[in-house]
Amino acid sequence: MTWTWLIGAVLFLILAPVAGGLIAGIDRRITARMQGRVGPPLLQPFYDVGKLFEKENVVVTTAQNFYVLAYLIFIALSGALFFAGGDLLLIVFAFTLAHVFLVLGAYAVHSPYSHIGAERELIQLMAYEPMVILAAVGLYMVTNSFYVADIATTTIPAILYLPGVFLGFATILTIKLRKSPFDISTSHHAHQEIVKGITTEFSGSTLAQVEIAHWYENVFLLGFIFLFFAWNPIIGVAAVVVTYVAEIFIDNVTARVRWQAVLKSGWLAAVLALANLAILSYMMLGGV
Amino acid sequence: MQTLLFLILFPILVACLLLFVKQTTLRYAVVALSALAIGGASIYLLIQYAFEGAVYFAAPSEAAGLVMVAIEMGLALFIVYMGAKFKNYLAIALAVIQAALVVYLEISFPENLHAVHNLFIDQFSIIMALIVGLIGSLIAVYAVRYMETYHHHHPEVRDRQKMFFFVIFAFLAAMFGLVFSNNLMWLFFFWEVTTISSFLLIGYSETEEATKNAFRALVMNLLGGVAFVVALIILAATEPTSGGIDLARVLTSPDAAVILIPAVLIGFAGITKAALMPFSSWLLGAMVAPTPVSALLHSSTMVKAGVYILVRFSPVFAGTFAGFSVGLVGAVTFVVASAIAISQSDAKSVLAYSTIANLGLIAACAGVGTYMLVWAAILLIIFHAVAKSLLFLGTGAIEHRTGSRNIEDMEGLIVRMPKMAVMMFIGIAGMFLAPFGMLISKWAAIEAFVQVPFGLVFIAILAYGSAVTVFFWAKWMGKLVTVTRNQERVEKGFFEESWAPLYIITGLVIAAVLLFPVISSTLIEPYVLAIYGVTALLPQANVAIMLLMMALLLVLPVSFLLFKRSAKRLPVYMGGRPSTPDLHFAGSLGMTREVQTQNYYLTEYFGEARLFRPGAVVCIILILASWVLAGVAL
Amino acid sequence: MSTMAYLKRSPWILHYDASSCNGCDIEVLACLTPLYDVERFGIINTGNPKHADILMITGGINELNRAVVRNLYEQMPEPKVVVAIGICAATGGIFRECYNIAGGVDKIIPVDVYVPGCAARPEMIIDGVVAALSILEEKRAKMTGNAQAKEAARQAAEAGEST
Repeated sequence: MTWTWLIGAVLFLILAPVAGGLIAGIDRRITARMQGRVGPPLLQPFYDVGKLFEKENVVVTTAQNFYVLAYLIFIALSGALFFAGGDLLLIVFAFTLAHVFLVLGAYAVHSPYSHIGAERELIQLMAYEPMVILAAVGLYMVTNSFYVADIATTTIPAILYLPGVFLGFATILTIKLRKSPFDISTSHHAHQEIVKGITTEFSGSTLAQVEIAHWYENVFLLGFIFLFFAWNPIIGVAAVVVTYVAEIFIDNVTARVRWQAVLKSGWLAAVLALANLAILSYMMLGGV
Repeated sequence: MQTLLFLILFPILVACLLLFVKQTTLRYAVVALSALAIGGASIYLLIQYAFEGAVYFAAPSEAAGLVMVAIEMGLALFIVYMGAKFKNYLAIALAVIQAALVVYLEISFPENLHAVHNLFIDQFSIIMALIVGLIGSLIAVYAVRYMETYHHHHPEVRDRQKMFFFVIFAFLAAMFGLVFSNNLMWLFFFWEVTTISSFLLIGYSETEEATKNAFRALVMNLLGGVAFVVALIILAATEPTSGGIDLARVLTSPDAAVILIPAVLIGFAGITKAALMPFSSWLLGAMVAPTPVSALLHSSTMVKAGVYILVRFSPVFAGTFAGFSVGLVGAVTFVVASAIAISQSDAKSVLAYSTIANLGLIAACAGVGTYMLVWAAILLIIFHAVAKSLLFLGTGAIEHRTGSRNIEDMEGLIVRMPKMAVMMFIGIAGMFLAPFGMLISKWAAIEAFVQVPFGLVFIAILAYGSAVTVFFWAKWMGKLVTVTRNQERVEKGFFEESWAPLYIITGLVIAAVLLFPVISSTLIEPYVLAIYGVTALLPQANVAIMLLMMALLLVLPVSFLLFKRSAKRLPVYMGGRPSTPDLHFAGSLGMTREVQTQNYYLTEYFGEARLFRPGAVVCIILILASWVLAGVAL
Repeated sequence: MSTMAYLKRSPWILHYDASSCNGCDIEVLACLTPLYDVERFGIINTGNPKHADILMITGGINELNRAVVRNLYEQMPEPKVVVAIGICAATGGIFRECYNIAGGVDKIIPVDVYVPGCAARPEMIIDGVVAALSILEEKRAKMTGNAQAKEAARQAAEAGEST
């Protein structure tokens, strides 16, 4: 019993890149199908990352390697904490720390494009942070625990109490997955107005690390979605799949918006969540 | 009790001695030695009383009381004189009202003005004394060389360093007095001394702006002072039920409704001193003072007196609507001040707004006042004092070396002043990143607010507030770590001595994180346990995780050794234009142009002009509400 | 290590219009459309030389973009190949004699593959990229070979010093 948490963490550290890469591969194929194309092989994301490791090591400043490595390590650590069943709020803050490292890496290179990307990344961070915190609080209000271990094993259907929180979280999920219309700091799509934004100056193995960190984070985010449906694992997995496909769909049918709209959407999502929580706490006070 | 008296009286002696020291080297020696003595004494205090719980001392009351009243009258006369000189009649009026009220209090209730124990010490006082004794004296040491350089840079300012250091040390004495006083009359006396110290130090440069801002600070603090006296009068008048002016008796008074009104009034004094909205403008104006003053009075100690008193009274506030209202003032201040900080590019303004925001957060915890929130509030006080004083001192050092304290001009500091940049980096990290202190406290606060009825309001405010906090700190951090090219290092040549306090405080920021489980278990938890009968406990697993993260952060820089120095270096991508590493590119018509990067300030959305007024209005309404609610409760 | 060769499966492209009439550019973009869908081969059009493996240039080099083409090429990390698309990129085409045209891409940077045509057809372009892939793979093998040789030499030198 005491060591089960370690198993979760280790499994995450080993399997999440595999799962994350596969998810990215499926994502690209579904996207291609939605556009009437065949799309790349399922394992394409792995080929990409493998390729990046084969490339020459080119830097603007050596310091950028440090920040990106720190980003990867803290993303992996935060995700591991999540799958170890740790405290949700602590996990959220650890993720913030990781993202700040990525932003610092982009600042360090002193490039105009990365700089704008870094600023926009911070705006994204500012946009989704309230909602993520409220999601954690919402899950606490339903399950009476901040621990992922408790939330994941609850028998209460959290989603029924937290529909607003879930919708809000799904909104900021688009930001976190770096999907259109909220992919303002960097994008998986070709060509954008700020080159590749925050990752412009990262190349070769450094870029590969950013990509792997992204896989880690995506697995964590899908795990977070699962928590809303944790009372029934089958429904939970189905919900995760449906949510992700919906995100892909939104990615393909929307155009990128300006940063003001990102901030507004993120904060309004949090307002929606707040309304949900207010009703919930009123019900709890009333003993309903 | 000797240690307590030493800490109160010794700084006064040093202050008087410094009135006669003219030479910088000698002054440095005196200040450094006394800093050593004060720091040593406060650590001795920790060892002596850390495990004793609350200890009360019957210090001589009669004579001391008389001296205090005499000094208070003297200070009032001084304010009247200064007010007349600079034609600030509001200050005169408030000083006269306050003096009149004190006289009324002394005459009407002479028999109720005695506390059984005038001095006391408990874990919370020890924490405050350590902050004052360690950080305060380090700042004083730093100030000696700083002021020398300051006058070198500002030949137009009259050299009044003797007065400056007299006030600094008198202030330290007052702060010690303030946190050791059990007699509320004494506490009020020390409170007033800090107000005057702040007034004198803000106005140090004697420019028109400095004088104006000094008076603004004075007026707002006097307003709080008046509320404080009124509270004392009410307490003295209701002595049998409220407990009179004995802090310990007031806090344990059985008739909570009676003491709620004086508590709210003293809380109001705390709000003015802590520069919560709508009084935040005085703290911003106070930034005209030399940087050590900002570090000492306006971030790490004096403004902490405001929240100190709020935290002391939080058992009274707990569970009352009045207290909830006071807490909301703090919460609204937290989110609004944090948001305004986004729009500021002057480093000291950012620090000032962040200070206001964090004091607001502490006030929010104190106002709601459950045991976990008090635990979080005290933790916030510690971590904020350490990190913020480092940032202020660092900003001062940077300003002296580079000639600017604008954040935009700090671009590439990691190249120009690497040591300074690393220290600033640690300081900023201490303000908002896991696993550093402020974040631990915020996290604890969120977990605590969940369990409070209507705590959702606070959680919402905290959620948005933390988000904007990340934004303004991270973009500053980004400027610091930007690796610029073709710039010379300017670190050398700065007075070597000034680095020592910076190194020590940087060490304290890290030590505070590593030692925080110990600090919590030996000082904060026993205090909370003594007051509430229950105490907050951090789950061991989370503590372990945080220490793990800290260890990782300390180890990660080693990875620099892994990166091949041989890696090919390329200039940044500039849309394909040939460019140089310092961001010059070949523009059209054969002209070389420069790219400059600037942070987002989003003034249109987060500017002072847009946010201050609504925030202040809400806070005024909440303050009035707290009075009404306290009245209703009676 | 050298057997991995993911490079062939994931060539990322940087497309630059030197002074093309846009005819070839349209055809390059056509390759990305559902009809040709080059992403099937892992080909992605990046807008960033730091991420790219293949530089595709359309049109001849003129006096103003000479420096730009060189800069883009230099910004790409090794291994990298250059594909000149269309006759103008190969030789300057019908613009060859213009006062401001320097000629084909190879006047400025080494070109690995020439795709003829005016405009080059998408099939030709894809064929050119596939040809470029084997050159890319050759360069990679050479690069890692060089790196290994260097490393071996360094170790040998160290061993020599220590004895």
